[in-house]
Amino acid sequence: MDLGRTWAVFRKEMIHVRRDPGSLIQAILLPVLLLLLYGYALTFDIREVPTAVYDLEQSRVSQGFLKEFRGSPYFSLTHYVNSYEDIRRLIDHQQVRLALVIPHDFSRRLKLGETARVQAILDGTDANTANIILGYVQGAAAAYNQRLVVERLNLMGVTRLEEPVPVQTRLWFNEDLESKNFIIPGLIVVIMTMVGSLLTAVTIVRESERGSLEGLLATPLRKSELILGKLGPYFLIGLVDLGLVLGLGEFLFAVPLRGSVLLYIALASIFLVVMLGQGLLISVTAENQLQAYQMATLTTFLPSFLLSGFVFSIALMPLPLQIASYLVPARYLVSICKGVYLKGIGLEILWPDALMLVAFAALFILLAMRKFSRKLR
Amino acid sequence: MSDAPAIVVKDLTRDFGSFRAVDSISFEVRRGEIFGFLGPNGAGKSTTIRMLNGLLLPTAGEGRVAGFDIVREQESLQEHIGYMSQRFSLYEDLTAEENLDFFGGVYGLANDRLAARIDEVLRLVGLTERRADLTRTLALGLRQRLALASAVLHEPPILFLDEPTSGVDPISRRNFWDLIYAMADRGVTILVTTHYMDEAEFCDRLVLIYQGRLIAQGTPGDLKGLVQDAILAAYPDRLGEALEVARSLPLISDAAVFGRGLHLTAADPQAAGAALRQALAARDITLERLGRVAPTLEDAFISLIQRAGEE
Repeated sequence: MDLGRTWAVFRKEMIHVRRDPGSLIQAILLPVLLLLLYGYALTFDIREVPTAVYDLEQSRVSQGFLKEFRGSPYFSLTHYVNSYEDIRRLIDHQQVRLALVIPHDFSRRLKLGETARVQAILDGTDANTANIILGYVQGAAAAYNQRLVVERLNLMGVTRLEEPVPVQTRLWFNEDLESKNFIIPGLIVVIMTMVGSLLTAVTIVRESERGSLEGLLATPLRKSELILGKLGPYFLIGLVDLGLVLGLGEFLFAVPLRGSVLLYIALASIFLVVMLGQGLLISVTAENQLQAYQMATLTTFLPSFLLSGFVFSIALMPLPLQIASYLVPARYLVSICKGVYLKGIGLEILWPDALMLVAFAALFILLAMRKFSRKLR
Repeated sequence: MSDAPAIVVKDLTRDFGSFRAVDSISFEVRRGEIFGFLGPNGAGKSTTIRMLNGLLLPTAGEGRVAGFDIVREQESLQEHIGYMSQRFSLYEDLTAEENLDFFGGVYGLANDRLAARIDEVLRLVGLTERRADLTRTLALGLRQRLALASAVLHEPPILFLDEPTSGVDPISRRNFWDLIYAMADRGVTILVTTHYMDEAEFCDRLVLIYQGRLIAQGTPGDLKGLVQDAILAAYPDRLGEALEVARSLPLISDAAVFGRGLHLTAADPQAAGAALRQALAARDITLERLGRVAPTLEDAFISLIQRAGEE
């Protein structure tokens, strides 16, 4: 291993990146764009659900029931309508996601001590959201019911009342259940994947396509020097991106970073090496740049996005996908991300994930080197 | 060591699967010689070069380049050779100077020494003025010269040039050969492949390769002397028809268009000439001139390949 030769390759590769607007955009601009886009737009929080009210009774009692919704941050009573047709129209035009229908005998039934029925109509096209809204509605209704029961018992002379099993909910690590707090740490994984594997996937195959590889290999340049020199710039770009994401997460999105920053950077760097290795393996396997790009998207980017636990919870996946997710290196960094960022835990718990990353890094680099040297004999 | 040949190759063979690309080739190249590799496309020229510069391992046989074994001492070997591959191997998005800087670094040159060598080779190939231009903007002839410059940065005693002038205009080709001569004058050994006959004439010695086998070697004069048959040059007025007529005559073993006329190969030039006059007259084709000529290298090339094909 000769450092001078490696350095020559490194400098040359830097010039390639600098002169290619496509690489630059992909290396710096795209990560920032992704972060802003996802940080602001991709939110799983559901607040102020636009709600239509069809109150057939229009009484003080029915208003009392609606007050439960009006006071909640989860609902926004935007439309008051007078027919089911109106509800249908509003849902069709996506102006409301929820409609509450209060029957004309609501207060009479309550007074008689009967069950008064209220109807909630939900837009089920987005099942996930509908489910969450349903939960909110039930919560609001339960609160109203409880208040009513207490009032009645008070009337009956019972003044002190305790629930037999009160459930005290307390959320740990992401107290306000804010999506950005797990989206941004998870996004780091996607960005590292993108920068690491997509950019390196074309680096060797481009040389063999151009015909420059042959010339290079007839020089004293060794394959390990070529590979190291080539990966260097992309490793640096990855670190710059990591810094960008950490900085934006801290200052723009105020995502709490509870664990050690250094530990986080160290583990993310190992993941970066895994991605560089995977990109390299693709680069020595693929026939041309387009194929390399497609292979990289298919085998690194998509799994990092879908099977890492970043967007979709692994525990909720069907068993075969859960098993497959163990083969996705991003899975380990997602778990590290959440651990270091939100839980503030360290290697004492995360060591198996870290170990898996080291193993993947070694595996990919080794495979790529072997494949590369066999290719040229 | 100074008297030892620059390249020695013995029974060099290379198979690709069941295909024998190079079939036990042996030759020697002396120091400071311009040594030509001549042969049709796919004859095995590039495969041979790639074994000599450490890119391919031979299936059988042995060789030494600059005193280094081509199988066991590839790394040292590669430090002592320069190689210009058939495909342009410089980077178009780098400037001329950046390309040289890179290859210099790869050959272990640095700092002042590298800067001095870059100035020197740029002057040698006449690209000093264009050193800061992107390689993409250089004409093909200039790119080839830049490629040559990058191959000699580290002053290798042996230079491999694999079809260095393919696709380049005649004037650039001639300029390029001036550079090759200049290099040889300084004692650099040059092994060059080509399929241009005029370039082959510039070589001190040649080997002719056909279907992986070495079928002849010697100076251009030696190779011409190997043509056993006589060559007749004929200048008929209707070239295409005359060619068919000539090919139909049993006394003429080969006929090919050569410039404005035909070159005919015949064992008995007297009888063949008479037969041709007769056959052309019968078709009303006027023969302006007919005479025996000394075989050119191209004649030798065609005749030797035909003989090899018959064997």
